[in-house]
Amino acid sequence: MSKVPYDPLSSPYTKLQVVALVALRFGIGWHFFYEGLTKITNPYWTSAGYLSASQGFASEWFEWLVSDPGRLAMVDGLNKWGLLVLGLLLMLGLFTRTATVLAIVLLALYYIAAPPWVGFEYSIPQEGAYVIVNKNLVELFALFVTLLFPTGRLIGLDRLVWWMRANGENRR
Amino acid sequence: MSDEIRKDDEMDNEQNTPDAVEPDDTAPEAGEPPLSEPPPTTGGDHPSPWGMNRRDVVKALATVPFVGALGYEAFRKSNIQDEKRDAIANEVQIQLESPAFSEEAISRSSQTIRIGIIGNGGEGESLVRSLGFAHPDWIQARREAMAEDPRDRYLQEWLAQQDLNVEITAVCDVFDVRAERAIAASTQPLRPGDDTRTLKPAKRYRHYEELLASPDVDAVIIATPDHWHAPITIAAAKAGKHVYCEKCMTRTFDEVFPMSDAVREAGIVFQLGHQNRQLESHDKAREVVAKGILGSLTLVETTTNRNDPWGAWVWDIHPDGNPRTIDWEMFQGAAANKVPFSLERFFRWRCWYDYGTGLSGDLLSHEFDAVNQILGLGIPHSATASGGIYFFKDGRDVPDVFQAVFEYPYRDLTVVYSATLANGNYRGQKYMGHDATMEVGSSLKVTPDGSSTRYADMLEAGTVSPRRPMVTYQSGYKGLDAVTTATQEYFASRGLMFTYRGGRRISTYYLHLKEWLAAIRDGTPVSCDIEQGVQEAVTCHMATQSFLQGRRVTWDPVLKQIV
Repeated sequence: MSKVPYDPLSSPYTKLQVVALVALRFGIGWHFFYEGLTKITNPYWTSAGYLSASQGFASEWFEWLVSDPGRLAMVDGLNKWGLLVLGLLLMLGLFTRTATVLAIVLLALYYIAAPPWVGFEYSIPQEGAYVIVNKNLVELFALFVTLLFPTGRLIGLDRLVWWMRANGENRR
Repeated sequence: MSDEIRKDDEMDNEQNTPDAVEPDDTAPEAGEPPLSEPPPTTGGDHPSPWGMNRRDVVKALATVPFVGALGYEAFRKSNIQDEKRDAIANEVQIQLESPAFSEEAISRSSQTIRIGIIGNGGEGESLVRSLGFAHPDWIQARREAMAEDPRDRYLQEWLAQQDLNVEITAVCDVFDVRAERAIAASTQPLRPGDDTRTLKPAKRYRHYEELLASPDVDAVIIATPDHWHAPITIAAAKAGKHVYCEKCMTRTFDEVFPMSDAVREAGIVFQLGHQNRQLESHDKAREVVAKGILGSLTLVETTTNRNDPWGAWVWDIHPDGNPRTIDWEMFQGAAANKVPFSLERFFRWRCWYDYGTGLSGDLLSHEFDAVNQILGLGIPHSATASGGIYFFKDGRDVPDVFQAVFEYPYRDLTVVYSATLANGNYRGQKYMGHDATMEVGSSLKVTPDGSSTRYADMLEAGTVSPRRPMVTYQSGYKGLDAVTTATQEYFASRGLMFTYRGGRRISTYYLHLKEWLAAIRDGTPVSCDIEQGVQEAVTCHMATQSFLQGRRVTWDPVLKQIV
């Protein structure tokens, strides 16, 4: 068998590894997408409550964000549409690396807005018990894994994007 | 070669020759392909319409069916929620959409109303400021607060008010410092709206009769202690000046009807200072009651819980307060019981029956007025009150724990008021009906009763549950929301001082005053007129008399007497 020429579309992973990594990417994508969708379809939704209850080193900045109606509307819009679009991109495996990095940034913002650190109490009830590590942080770590073990070009539209770009280049 | 076999072959190939590909963690990733490399040379036996191998297309689109499947589930979930919401909306037949709000600008060519302020203490100064005339100290303090906390929006909200086209032309206060503060506010140049007039300072009068005789005054705000409300209002009515009077409307029952007669005979515009008449949530609460959503309403519980000295009227004694700066004789003039000069009595007057009626006139009056707005109850048939001075044993003679029970047999309803000044637990205001319970504050929440007859089918079907509100109305938001979250719940319990119009936070003081001014200019109705004031005052005085006499008192509507 002749040596296979360099093929960025072939996989360095086993089948099962691909399944696990794509499932992780897709699951997080769906979570983002549905969080965004529910916020977009709920006319009462605003991040004001979450952000104005912010604690920790960045709380003043978050409070500043919500203190002006125009600013708050922008934050709300970026947040809900950001969740929806990033979720869709992660699920479809399109522009996967950029989407993953932005999703990590978003999760980091959620985390530092209300860090579950010792000494901070939140009046908005949480659905679990956390100290230091909460689900936002775990999801962030998981995205970090998918960033380092990318799958967009194996199972995802990035495969198509790459192929089209590569062919386009070739024609030139 | 079949597809399947070929796939396996390829997979084997991929597994066995990892060194043949650049590891993905270091490879340029999606969106930035290594364009210097040649295009994939995958088998061309099954080309897609784009010229790409079909297997590659399948891999590229592999997640799309999953997106579709989950999207369909999300759609189903949203449909179920919509159906629930529609079922509730159909059942209660209520549109909780905020009314559209557009404030009509008050023309500068409208009549400029010249206001006299009588009693420029804490409340008086708030009212004058709500008219657009803030003391410079307040503006400075708000600016500092804003610099410290960007969420502090008092100054912007105040500046966003309309120019009400009024002037503060006169002030009467027995304490020099407070009179001077009103004068300073009257010429303070930073005002809401486009008001850039240069105004003359308010003139100070030593006696309210002199102020009322002034041709430069069209209307007065009476924010004195309660014992002066009736005498000054009666004199103002006789002088033909419109009156905005603080609650409680009178200090004693005997003053109620002489005051209401004087107002009616003079035909002046009278507004009692229950600014929570302007709460948007109260309009919604009236709608909920009118539509019968609660079923037979048998019990209303309304409460006051405060737990700080300020809330118990232990107010600051001004360092400049002394017999030379305070006209003590004028202050206690209308009081039944004359005592020597006392700073405590002057600055903390609510602690003594000589000048007010304690919890009854201060806070029960607000709570009763809220219930009265929503239910239109009028004067109760009977009142029973009890309480005592249990915590603030500081020389006061009014109770700091106070409970009153009012019976409305002709409405099959009891109203319970319960208050303590030594505990801050928020209990809110609850309307308890056979079918549902409504909680009213700055927001509103209706929760079905587990044994409701009307909602039995919906309870059975799980459309509604006694564990969650079926209707919530949140000030500042719009619409009917049957599905509440913890966050929404949390905010539902907050909010004082303000209401919302078209989603914008507005001071209720401002709205209440504006309504009064519109009534003076255009003859439009006021929401807390003298009749509402009579009901408020008589109800509070029934509670006070019951407490002081240690017995149940009843109302004789024919003789208009408490018996």
